Amino acid sequence: MADAPNAGRRNTSSKLLIALDVFALALTGFALVWVIFFTPREAVMGDVQKVFYFHVSSAWVGMLGFFGAFISGIAYLRTRRMVWDAAGIAGVEIGFVFTLLAVISGSIWARPIWNTWWTWEPRLTTAFVMLLVYAGYFILRASVDEVEKKARYSGIFAIVAFTVVPLTFISIRLFRTIHPVLFGSGSGGDVFQMTPRMLASFLLSLAAFTWLFAALYWNRLRLALADQAAADEQLQLEAEAEQ
Amino acid sequence: MNTGTAAFAIFRKDLTAERRARELVLTMLVFGLQVILVYVFAFDLNVGLRDEAVPGVLWATIVFAGTLGLGRSMAAEREQGCLDGLMLLPADRTAIYFGKAMANWVFLLIVCAILLPVYTFFSGVNLLRFDLMAVVLLGTFGYVFIGTLLSTLTVRVRSREMLLPVLLFPILIPLVLACLRGTTLLLTSGNAAELQTWLLVLIAYDVIIATVGWLLFDAVIED
Repeated sequence: MADAPNAGRRNTSSKLLIALDVFALALTGFALVWVIFFTPREAVMGDVQKVFYFHVSSAWVGMLGFFGAFISGIAYLRTRRMVWDAAGIAGVEIGFVFTLLAVISGSIWARPIWNTWWTWEPRLTTAFVMLLVYAGYFILRASVDEVEKKARYSGIFAIVAFTVVPLTFISIRLFRTIHPVLFGSGSGGDVFQMTPRMLASFLLSLAAFTWLFAALYWNRLRLALADQAAADEQLQLEAEAEQ
Repeated sequence: MNTGTAAFAIFRKDLTAERRARELVLTMLVFGLQVILVYVFAFDLNVGLRDEAVPGVLWATIVFAGTLGLGRSMAAEREQGCLDGLMLLPADRTAIYFGKAMANWVFLLIVCAILLPVYTFFSGVNLLRFDLMAVVLLGTFGYVFIGTLLSTLTVRVRSREMLLPVLLFPILIPLVLACLRGTTLLLTSGNAAELQTWLLVLIAYDVIIATVGWLLFDAVIED
């Protein structure tokens, strides 16, 4: 990167990125230690409840990623700038990984608490359906060769996919739910109350994961842009070789 | 040319082509019957289960048969170079979307008009009811609108026949759930309030999908 024409600016931005990365690692590590050692055990569920802090944070980051891809899709169709395609694939990839993490951590919690690894509970089912939808996104990208078309189709699909998410959730939710309602005025017996210290831990993990999301997004975006640059260069070399 | 007129011209063109070739409806219908047959065998052992499975079998059949038609309807345009001709249309290109979607809707409804009595005959559950027609109309409407959008997207992609169902089915989940529950509630004379909620979900899906399709179609078809 040092020999690039705008090396000065690049240098500052890569320093910023390093700072972002280091801080993301530190914050995530701190949240992990804090949740394990300094957060009170939930009286009924015991230690396994601690999965919750990372479970909700993962689901949140997953949503952020898909939302990022949705916004990038709109931005790409409006501006036709390839950077938005890079932002789209970065968003979907991060969203996919973290949604998967949320499903897995949810399963770990559900085994002792609901006595089953998997139930067709609304949020779990929605997460599962979203994984399927965005798996389609990857397959779509893989089956288009032209760069412009790939970017356009991916953007369109990311928009369609995200538009349907709320309806998917609502429709699945209309079936009976057994997922604990955490916030607001839940009337069922499933509501568990967070003590102030638990809430603090929760907000800490949420902040750590959001920071981690920003760091990952930036890194993945850089990778996608480098990918684009490499593909362009290859095309150029091929054109030169033909001459 | 005004968009409505253009859409209607495309719609009529598809209907004429289908009247002469009789390819789409017939294939969808035969495939639909085969799907029903598979389910009849699958649930054959338990009579009680068989009745409860009726809405599920019905909607699985419509969805599977429909995918076949949706994929074919666009592939035919592409193979004969018609898509390029359609692109020269002296009107807003969303006319192509609405024209194709409406034609697909009519084809799917014709298939349903035959499948419903046939399945009534096989299952002994009366599916020929006016209130059920509403669910079928709303459900197939949303289905062809998202299906036409995605089949236009996948038609110029390498693995198109394989890709369409993979992209389409997870997006269809809210629609299928609403149709499924709506049909079950109608057949069992269940809770009217719940039925109303599901119909609302169905209408919301239709409106959202048709709007999204209308907004995005230009970008889908532009090359």
